[in-house]
Amino acid sequence: MAHEDPHAPRLYGLVAEFDSPDALVAAGRRAVQEGYRDLDAYTPFPIEALHEAMGFDRTRVPLVVLIGAITGAVAGYGLQYWASTIAYPLNVGGRPLHSWPAFIVPTFETTVLFAALAAVFGMLALNRLPQPYHPIFNTPRFALASRDRFFLAIEARDPKFDLVATRRFLESFTPREVTEVEE
Amino acid sequence: MAPASHPHPPAEPPASKGAATPESAFIAPGHTFGSITDKISAIVLTRRTPVGWLLGFAIAFGLVMLFLMAVTWLLLKGTGIWGVNIPVGWGFAIINFVWWIGIGHAGTLISAILLLLHQHWRTSINRFAEAMTLFAVACAGLFPILHTGRPWLAYWLLPYPNSMGLWPQFRSPLIWDVFAVTTYATVSALFWFVGLVPDLATLRDRARSRVGRTIYGVLALGWRGSARHWARYESAYLLLAGLATPLVLSVHTVVSFDFAISVLPGWHTTIFPPYFVAGAIYSGFAMVLTLAIPIRAAYGLQDFITQRHLDNMAKVMLATGLIVAYGYAMEAFIAWYSGSFYERFMYWNRVTGPYWPVFWALIATNIVIPQLLWLKKVRLNVPVLFGIALVINTGMWLERFVIVVTSLHRDFLPSSWGMYYPTMWDWFTYVGTIGLFVAMLFLFIRFLPMISIFEMRTLLPESKVKDSAHA
Repeated sequence: MAHEDPHAPRLYGLVAEFDSPDALVAAGRRAVQEGYRDLDAYTPFPIEALHEAMGFDRTRVPLVVLIGAITGAVAGYGLQYWASTIAYPLNVGGRPLHSWPAFIVPTFETTVLFAALAAVFGMLALNRLPQPYHPIFNTPRFALASRDRFFLAIEARDPKFDLVATRRFLESFTPREVTEVEE
Repeated sequence: MAPASHPHPPAEPPASKGAATPESAFIAPGHTFGSITDKISAIVLTRRTPVGWLLGFAIAFGLVMLFLMAVTWLLLKGTGIWGVNIPVGWGFAIINFVWWIGIGHAGTLISAILLLLHQHWRTSINRFAEAMTLFAVACAGLFPILHTGRPWLAYWLLPYPNSMGLWPQFRSPLIWDVFAVTTYATVSALFWFVGLVPDLATLRDRARSRVGRTIYGVLALGWRGSARHWARYESAYLLLAGLATPLVLSVHTVVSFDFAISVLPGWHTTIFPPYFVAGAIYSGFAMVLTLAIPIRAAYGLQDFITQRHLDNMAKVMLATGLIVAYGYAMEAFIAWYSGSFYERFMYWNRVTGPYWPVFWALIATNIVIPQLLWLKKVRLNVPVLFGIALVINTGMWLERFVIVVTSLHRDFLPSSWGMYYPTMWDWFTYVGTIGLFVAMLFLFIRFLPMISIFEMRTLLPESKVKDSAHA
């Protein structure tokens, strides 16, 4: 195409709508096996079998939480050590300034605090949330994805994407409907 | 064991009222993904606000005003308006602090520990139990802050670089408490909010008004139910549960350190941490039942909060109540076995001294009456169970009164003995926080889904994927 209209809406992808998690998991697994990579499924609740089938079950969330926990432990203990021995040493009856057993409780609390903050904000950051706009919301009846419908989207940027072949592929799983969704 | 996978007798009519729910089920038969979604979200979105809600909120709001009045007078006059004085320097403020924070513990136990133990029955009660935790911790936190005498300087408790060159005393259990309670409040809020995000997306997609769509939409953070997101979400949620589990045990342990680290007879006891934690869960479950029973009746949620939930919670109360009873017995035994004159005197004074009615009321409400829960008939009788839950709520408050006041009021030397009587300002502040708690809970019920919608969907057998490709 020589003169493509820059304002014309571009195709985001093909979205298939299913009634049951079974059909979605079957379609999702097959799509990954067929070699599609830029794809995602949308469901009203977490489906572990789907995460496994589509290879989404390996996340970096645990690593982020571990880093948060170590940071919290080091920061908590370090703060107490520094405050009690360097910044504000208090001689209480000649007892050691570095009284580590007393520092364990706050260290434990800061460890949990930092790990929990890392879990929540790490998960949101990895998910790129908050994200006010996403093309998938242009799918008809997508509001039902938070109720009782199950969607599979294969994006147009996928190298294997072909409007006709991909549509035929999705329709082979007998979805309610396959729609072209624009960005 | 995953009992949620088989409580569905086949082919029952979908129009099931609470009465038709079999005792063993966690969710009434006949529900679908859609019907669960509609039923829970309708409470927030479409059903008219019940008159009872308005009435209850009005009463609670009145008590919040009473609380604000009590606090205003406190700020004007100082803690002298309370009944505290030497020798009893810790009166209602600490009693109520420990009582409220203990109540919060059941929420975390239900949402975190029962999740890790695969107790799927928790699903329908975890959301409002977590909300209860959050509001109870908020009420708890007010008391020590007000008790500092100059609440506007309460931030001095936190470690921050300041022009005075001072740092907190990290060897003090009171500073440990600051760390424990602030961490607990933060983690509880995070856990609650993360659990809400997918349900907020449901409300966003179902809200009819523009205002509703906008507010729920902003709060939902653009959640779209992506499978990639769900995988990370599940991972984060499970890890949060794993973090909250030791945290909740640590919080009441640290609260008990406030007492146990001191050298006062009646406080200086190694049994305190476990027995405080058990007491916290005991009182927390009593509060969950106190709230769940009227709410399920008012909103017709017998399909989701079934007899079996009430039965299970009653059993948890019975078990933790027995641990508490063991704690009392050990306190008495060690007072005698230690051979310490002061320990023995303290205990004898607790049982027969001027506060004897409080002690014996505690034994009646916390140990004797809850033994009725051994009977299945009692556990399945909803009004009686509600009554027992109220009795336990009272009993756990009396326990903290006995621990705080009877240990302090007769010091080592008879010349420094005294009596503690709460003033009306003590009562106003206490009743005021109950109002605050109830008011926040009413707002929560009205504006947020009180049952986790997405987790309820996973209880349906249709949610279990019949996976053929793994063969």
